[in-house]
Amino acid sequence: MIINHPLLGPRDSAEFTYLGDAALIDRPDWQSETAAQDFYEYGYLRDNPAGWHRELWFHEAGDRSWLVVTRNTVTHEIKSVELARDVARARGRSK
Amino acid sequence: MRYSGFRVIKEALTGHKGWTPAWRDPDPASHYDIVIIGGGGHGLATAYYLAKEFGQHKVAVIEKGWIGGGNVGRNTTIIRSNYLLDGNEPFYEFSLKLWEGLEQDFNYNAMVSQRGILNLIHSDPQRDAFVRRGNAMILNGADANMLTTEEIKKRYPFLNTHDARFPIKGGLAQHRGGTVRHDAVAWGYARGADSRGVDIIQNCEVTGFRMEGGRCVGVETSRGFIGAGKVGCAVAGNSGRLMAKAGMRLPIESHVLQAFVSEGLKPVLPGVITFGAGHFYCSQSDKGGLVFGGDLDGYNSYAQRGNLPVVEDVCEGAMAIFPMLGRARLLRMWGGIMDMSMDGSPIIDQTHIDGLYFNGGWCYGGFKATPASGFAYAHLLATGNPHPTATAYRFDRFQKGLMIDEKGMGNQPNLH
Repeated sequence: MIINHPLLGPRDSAEFTYLGDAALIDRPDWQSETAAQDFYEYGYLRDNPAGWHRELWFHEAGDRSWLVVTRNTVTHEIKSVELARDVARARGRSK
Repeated sequence: MRYSGFRVIKEALTGHKGWTPAWRDPDPASHYDIVIIGGGGHGLATAYYLAKEFGQHKVAVIEKGWIGGGNVGRNTTIIRSNYLLDGNEPFYEFSLKLWEGLEQDFNYNAMVSQRGILNLIHSDPQRDAFVRRGNAMILNGADANMLTTEEIKKRYPFLNTHDARFPIKGGLAQHRGGTVRHDAVAWGYARGADSRGVDIIQNCEVTGFRMEGGRCVGVETSRGFIGAGKVGCAVAGNSGRLMAKAGMRLPIESHVLQAFVSEGLKPVLPGVITFGAGHFYCSQSDKGGLVFGGDLDGYNSYAQRGNLPVVEDVCEGAMAIFPMLGRARLLRMWGGIMDMSMDGSPIIDQTHIDGLYFNGGWCYGGFKATPASGFAYAHLLATGNPHPTATAYRFDRFQKGLMIDEKGMGNQPNLH
């Protein structure tokens, strides 16, 4: 697979390590009343779709940036690649 | 029809006119006591033990393709019970004992071959870890032997024992481990279940669950509604997409794992060998092909095919310990979809929905577990209680902090 890095251009996926579903960006509020249940779901439950999947990849052998890759889990086709930083900020994280 | 040597001779003398199909091809009935979704090894074994051990005969196995076409037909056929943790080892030892009596039990030649498995050791800390594992195995009634480098060289003279980076410093052997003809496992269980009244319904895809008053009362399929007292899912890599139809999210990700076969060679490799420094393991099939594999590709996938970096990684592992393998040509390679759980261990449990049961999260260890998984799942479906060897395989272990994490990797499925 080739991952089209937003800053570096097309890179071999072997340069990256994989974390999982990009929903991991949305860390629950530890002070919430339901924090125990929220963190259980955050830590352990996954949608695991057959089809389009937004997921976190880390450019370990490159510029060490985190990316959000939208990839089809049935065909391995990659539709879009974004910097995870931009995605997280757009969701209101790390202002 | 019972298979025997006498039968083979009789049929040979009478023109092979007496053989009948090994199982029927029935249309689905409107209602069963128990419906198993998934005609793979685990689903068929469950149906077999339900009928044989628990007196349940109104049982159907429904399969979207043909039986044995998923992971039971795509694995590397190894059986063993060399686990460390209390939640796992009694279960896998129970499974190995079932393997040992399986062919007589279901009257089918599954070519169970206890040729032994050897886990190589490359450092002193690894030896300590394997001695501990061997002791845990012995405490649970399994067999385990520590071999020295000299003993390994005698048995496997072709191994690269004095590699500068990863010298072989010994090994943990389980002589009762080995290999099994994988397809025959599915066929043997199917035949055994069918002869006891189980309906095996192929080309029948589940499209949804029917719920009434919070209870699962049957499944919607491509061949119409099938009512059920209890529904048991056993669909391995497709667990996520099936249980989503019941509104459930699972502690599971689906990943692709590749396997490889070389061209057929004369007998060169007795037993199964695993590399302790990289991820590589190898055995030789009875046809002569070297069967080997390694790591997951590492990303979510339902594609049943992997990518080249893992091919390279596996072949590097092969060359590190078996330099002779470099002269063999790779004949075939394929991928299977693994239901990787969050702690690397499986789930055999009721769901929160009445009448709906789940069996999955086998990661890449599902084949060796087939008999015990079927037995334990049948026990749960028939009695409502978990089998004594499978009490730890519950959904709530993640919430309660009771993970069974053999490799100590935490909730990162692609590392188990």
